[in-house]
Amino acid sequence: MTSIILAVVIGAAFGAVLDRIGATNPSWIGKMLSLKHLHLMKTILLAIGTGSVLMFGGQMIGLVDVGHMSVKAAYVGVFIGGLLLGAGWAASGFCPGTGVCAAASGRKDGLFFIAVGLLGAAAYMVTYPAWKASGMLDNIAGGKVTLGTVPGSKFDGLMGMSGDIVGIILGLAFVVVAFVLPERPMGGGAEPVPAE
Amino acid sequence: MLLNWKIGGVLLGLVFFLAVLLVKPIGVSTQFVILDGIIGDAVNAELVTKTDDGFTSTNAYLAKSGGKYAKSVANPLNYSFVFVLAMMAGAFLSTLARGGLSAQERTMPALWRANYGDSAAKRYAVAFIGGFVVLYGARLAGGCTSGHMMSGMMQTALSGYIFAAGAFATGVPVAMMMYRKEA
Repeated sequence: MTSIILAVVIGAAFGAVLDRIGATNPSWIGKMLSLKHLHLMKTILLAIGTGSVLMFGGQMIGLVDVGHMSVKAAYVGVFIGGLLLGAGWAASGFCPGTGVCAAASGRKDGLFFIAVGLLGAAAYMVTYPAWKASGMLDNIAGGKVTLGTVPGSKFDGLMGMSGDIVGIILGLAFVVVAFVLPERPMGGGAEPVPAE
Repeated sequence: MLLNWKIGGVLLGLVFFLAVLLVKPIGVSTQFVILDGIIGDAVNAELVTKTDDGFTSTNAYLAKSGGKYAKSVANPLNYSFVFVLAMMAGAFLSTLARGGLSAQERTMPALWRANYGDSAAKRYAVAFIGGFVVLYGARLAGGCTSGHMMSGMMQTALSGYIFAAGAFATGVPVAMMMYRKEA
């Protein structure tokens, strides 16, 4: 039961924040990916950095249970799937998470997106054996690995360095990039009214 | 309305941190598979079946990794599925609290309108194709923008970086070609 309450609280907070940073609005996704306005990119980089520093810092002082980490496997299909997702993400302005939020916020195109998304996921379920047989789902570079070696974690590290330190350094790097990245790398005129 | 990126970024980072502190890293796209499974199992009860030590499925994807997806299909009231429903509620309430979306915006976003005009059919067609490609790709990759890019890179997962490289390699050129005008 506790886990359901946590799902409701954290899920609702995630949905609300995605809405308030503009991620549920395809205009902001499109402006980010076409490099016209990087507001959303700066937000996401700062979020990854903040999350990383807090998580690895918390693990070092014993506040965060290292067992909560969940690292996904690396395989060739991750890259191919990323290519596909990137193209559809740019064209539609939705990814799975922001798509469901956009549909819930009243965007009809978001509803189309998630309805057909269910078909896309179903198509993968049906074609999964072929991908499996192709070898493209086989682990590369150790599969479920982190860049450094995180003490107490069940995942291997690519490098022997302390994974906590690597995580904090990379987290800080994400924060720095978020600050350094220009809002409008291509230049551009007057600040437009936020698309809403 | 739109949060300053510094405030928004810290808030979003806190949500990701809270998730990993209290439960586990955030992910979304698996739940499309779970809902597919729930629908499929309602139509054909043979799809997901109970075994001595858990659940399995006639679909190889639902049955993989010891039937963990099959188990979620059989028990929809689990953390990850409820999480996505709660996300929708959170986004809905947040939108409502800022006055809701205009009728124009509900049909299509301003950036689309600026580039392709008012035809709703065109916009829906692209959302349609996009939805298929995005979810197919996400399942092939084993995660999406939330699970791979944000949760993954936050944990310094190699897979998160591979995924992000792929997503931006197509995302940026496609967006640059498709959205030349700014709203």
